[in-house]
Amino acid sequence: MNIHEYQAKELLRNAGVPIPPGEVATTAEEAEGIARQYGGTVVVKAQVHAGGRGKAGGVKLAKSPQEAKEIVSKILGMQIKGLTVQKVLITPAADIASEAYVGIILDRASKKPVFMVSPAGGIDIEEVAAKTPEKILKLPIDTRYGLQPYQAMRLGFFLFDDLKRVRAAAKIMQQLYRAFMDNGCSLAEINPLVTTPGGDVVALDAKMVIDDNELDRHENIAALRDESAEAPSEVQARNANLTFIKLDGDVGCVVNGAGLAMATMDLVKFYGGDPANFLDIGGSSNPEKVVNALKIITADPNVKAILFNIFGGITRTDDVANGIVTATKQNPLTVPIVIRLTGTNEEIAMKILKDNGFSASSDMDEAVKQAVALAKGSPVTPSAARGA
Amino acid sequence: MSVFIDKNTTLVVQGITGRDGSFHAKQMIEYGTKIVAGVTPGKGGQKFENTVPIFNTVADAVAATGANTSVIYVPPVYAADAMLEAADAGVKLIVAITEGVPVLDMTRVYPFVKEKGARLIGPNCPGLISPGQSKVGIIPGRICTPGNIGVVSRSGTLTYEVVYQLTRAGLGQSTCVGIGGDPINGTNFIDCLAAFEADPNTAAVAMMGEIGGTDEQDAATFVKQHMKKPVVGFIAGQTAPPGRRMGHAGAIISGSAGTAAEKIAAFEAAGMSVAKRPLEFVQLLRDRVK
Repeated sequence: MNIHEYQAKELLRNAGVPIPPGEVATTAEEAEGIARQYGGTVVVKAQVHAGGRGKAGGVKLAKSPQEAKEIVSKILGMQIKGLTVQKVLITPAADIASEAYVGIILDRASKKPVFMVSPAGGIDIEEVAAKTPEKILKLPIDTRYGLQPYQAMRLGFFLFDDLKRVRAAAKIMQQLYRAFMDNGCSLAEINPLVTTPGGDVVALDAKMVIDDNELDRHENIAALRDESAEAPSEVQARNANLTFIKLDGDVGCVVNGAGLAMATMDLVKFYGGDPANFLDIGGSSNPEKVVNALKIITADPNVKAILFNIFGGITRTDDVANGIVTATKQNPLTVPIVIRLTGTNEEIAMKILKDNGFSASSDMDEAVKQAVALAKGSPVTPSAARGA
Repeated sequence: MSVFIDKNTTLVVQGITGRDGSFHAKQMIEYGTKIVAGVTPGKGGQKFENTVPIFNTVADAVAATGANTSVIYVPPVYAADAMLEAADAGVKLIVAITEGVPVLDMTRVYPFVKEKGARLIGPNCPGLISPGQSKVGIIPGRICTPGNIGVVSRSGTLTYEVVYQLTRAGLGQSTCVGIGGDPINGTNFIDCLAAFEADPNTAAVAMMGEIGGTDEQDAATFVKQHMKKPVVGFIAGQTAPPGRRMGHAGAIISGSAGTAAEKIAAFEAAGMSVAKRPLEFVQLLRDRVK
């Protein structure tokens, strides 16, 4: 789960990390008031779940409350990487002497959280890693022992020469690590970590990604989810315990299991079509899930054909068949549907579908080919589909 | 012959009285797996299905029955503890089926299990099956048949799909291993490939990877340097958008790393044959085990 910069900053502030003040505004007038209260120049930052906000024009300096109002009225409602900006963070502009990067990522290869720090901060760290890898220090942490003081100091010495700053940075490393562990993060980043002309070390931007598997035991973090920042269909799917990701194509896919779902989308592409979504109805075969899945898929106006691909291992294919019958009785389909199912109780499932006027096949490749043809508007062959 | 489990596998089921644990314990018994014990704290002394003794702790179960393998069906927040308990009790093969285990928990479990000299498979995996001998986990037994193809995969239903097609085409399996879809898991592709290479009854390997991480790229290097047996590869997620978690916690393209194209290129560079779609496994494997 992604959280906004202002939320990540709040979590880091709670852990003790020095962060300049900031307030969130959802209207230009509110922003003007906040800027007046701070006085002087402020920074306006779009709060969206996307990187590269600065390049997209979502981060601006405002020299007066009036200018803040004007800027915010332009930024609110702006699209950044397909996401609409609905909130901005207003924060006093800081005097910056130097910028560094500090991050912790959960590293698959070492199977540990890994600190990554670089004195070349403020820019894309992937770029630094590619062009000047010697400017990055990576330090894996054994979570059974945690970040040791000598490790925090080593990270600090990589960033700064002056001992006072090194110690300040080391303290921030400890606080960041604590926040990373306590909040169930898979990524926590301060970019930039700046030094001020007065010698202070402060965090000017923060990013945190939370491991979805942690949300059950961190209710306070789960409550930070901003559903207005996500596609409505994905919110609806999550509330129905489905894993759904919207794509741009026209073949709606309903599959059981993530690997098979991806393989099905790939097969749609292989046969010249474009998948409209990733949707995993999971291992259990609750007919209600099928009903919800069809609701979400048929709500997408781009969908020209629906493809079911079910392999019954644990899932009972007759349950899925019942779900399809129930769902289409409740909401009659306006696009053709192609059903492929095989495995547990296949014969019963086929009979249920046949009795209700559907046809189904047990061949995955054939089903995908049919769905692709139907989405392209090819004539409906009698064995292929039903619906008007 | 087979890898990791065979007819001598003696199993303890952690969470045997839970909904999933009891359902799958029955299925495993039906398949012929030797389940010697179950564990549910507070239910020690009772029996599962009037036959399998239940213990309060894994240590008790191992002391009384000598179980050499454990399978875990406990809820996500308790799963890490269950894995630590099994390793601490001296179990040498631990199979964690549970989906949704916090990844940070696995950063503690992984090194502990390794230090105990145990092998962990999973979490978030379907387990494994050596057809005709033993199954540990949830892979449906009737889609498999004994033979000489080794199967290893990060996915559940995609594996079933391919195994079912192999079985229908008369290509039996030595062992099918689902290593799981999480970013940190106990056993990776290389561990399985090495075991298949050493197994005299495995003639060729079917390997199903997906987007995210570099496990497949590392496996390709291993195939090139250490394997004489043919390996056919497949990658799911060629149409997956970057930055989105595709169901499995580990199936995510981060930045530009972990794409399907990158993994397929690694397979090809290692001289492996690549199935462009799941059904192609049948033909490609048939050509290689003739």
